[in-house]
Amino acid sequence: MDFRFDLIANYAPFFLKGTLLTIGFSVASIILGTILGLLIGLGEMMRNKKLAAPFRVYVTLFRGTPLLVQIMIIHFGFVPLFIGETNVYISGIAALSLNSAAYVAEIFRAGIQSLDRGQMEAARSLGMTHVQAMQHVIIPQAFKRMIPALGNEFIVLIKDSSLVSVIAAPELMYWGNAMQGQYYRPWEPYLTTAFIYLILTMVCDFLLRKLERRLATE
Amino acid sequence: MIRVENLKKSFGDHEVLKDITVSIAEKEVVVVIGPSGSGKSTFLRCLNRLEEITSGHVYINGMDIADPKVNINKIREDVGMVFQLFNLFPHKSVLENIMLAPMKVKKVSKEVAEEKALRLLEKVGLKDKANVYPESLSGGQKQRVAIARALAMEPKVMLFDEPTSALDPEMVGEVLEVMKELAQEGMTMVVVTHEMGFAREVGDRVLFMDGGYIVEENKPELLFGNPQHERTKAFLSKVL
Repeated sequence: MDFRFDLIANYAPFFLKGTLLTIGFSVASIILGTILGLLIGLGEMMRNKKLAAPFRVYVTLFRGTPLLVQIMIIHFGFVPLFIGETNVYISGIAALSLNSAAYVAEIFRAGIQSLDRGQMEAARSLGMTHVQAMQHVIIPQAFKRMIPALGNEFIVLIKDSSLVSVIAAPELMYWGNAMQGQYYRPWEPYLTTAFIYLILTMVCDFLLRKLERRLATE
Repeated sequence: MIRVENLKKSFGDHEVLKDITVSIAEKEVVVVIGPSGSGKSTFLRCLNRLEEITSGHVYINGMDIADPKVNINKIREDVGMVFQLFNLFPHKSVLENIMLAPMKVKKVSKEVAEEKALRLLEKVGLKDKANVYPESLSGGQKQRVAIARALAMEPKVMLFDEPTSALDPEMVGEVLEVMKELAQEGMTMVVVTHEMGFAREVGDRVLFMDGGYIVEENKPELLFGNPQHERTKAFLSKVL
């Protein structure tokens, strides 16, 4: 087997473009998904069961169906319905963040519920409102506990962003497929693609570990 | 200061407090004793509504906290509480633990809150621990910080829920000493404890609870020296 580095070099500009878009999809979806996930997690924990129900349904739907199917429904169904035309960028970010939000909500809920009840009681006994206690006492502690699980979720999200190649969003996987189609060679395109994803997830892991260490020593 | 009328509390079908009526005067130190499961901690937790009140009334300075319309957060500012397991905030330094509530609830400035916190730390003998985190403190030190944290809100009443039960024996004394000092300064206190020595020495009145009722109440020397009820006698014979 001869491994043709020159073909990879030819395709490097496309891989670069694809990588940047993959980073864009991932970062946007991590941010939106985390914010949305926190809100959904808080919604799930509302004491009023009726108010909490829609948030539980949301989590059930997005965790219980394949991301690939969600991408199709959002891209061919919802996005045209709302903006009158398809748009791979909107569809990609929407699908990835909505999906990720369901997992973040569960991570967040677990983080809060793992805290000792006495923390909330102590805060409330000092006259703090429920919201103040959440803001100053509960969420900062829960967040610290959430970081490893959250990191896992971010890494899954970076890898899952490759699925938006099916709606022809020109990200990393898309260019891997394109190169394979052009040269009919399996190794160069897909190993390169895999290698770049590996770098991205390793960088993400490194940053999170650094954050974890910094919060641990605080 | 505190008036409890026909207080009842149930958890599901289990009635923990059956009918409690008692008054606590300003500057009075009331010690609540009784076997475990007698409802004494639940009683204490009803006084700042950490437990929802099933029926009856609990008046704090004339305000009935059993009334759902009452602003419970405002009342809790006047009712400090110290817990068996301290419940310090582990992500905040000792100083920040004490400053948090005055700054967020009373909107006191950082400078004023810090000065006050340092003064309270000095009072409980832990000024040198201001900038450490709770995890590096011993149990007795943690509880003294917890007392300082509650005092920072300048409460009119302090509730103590078995404050020394989770401590190693050699640390019980330092916490009781702080509580004794507080009592001498005229703080109104309700203390659930197994420390009979403290009850005798510091308490103005002792309540003996069993089975969800206050079985007997009296001045400590009378309750310990000449208990009237069989259940009180049985309990005291086991613990004294």
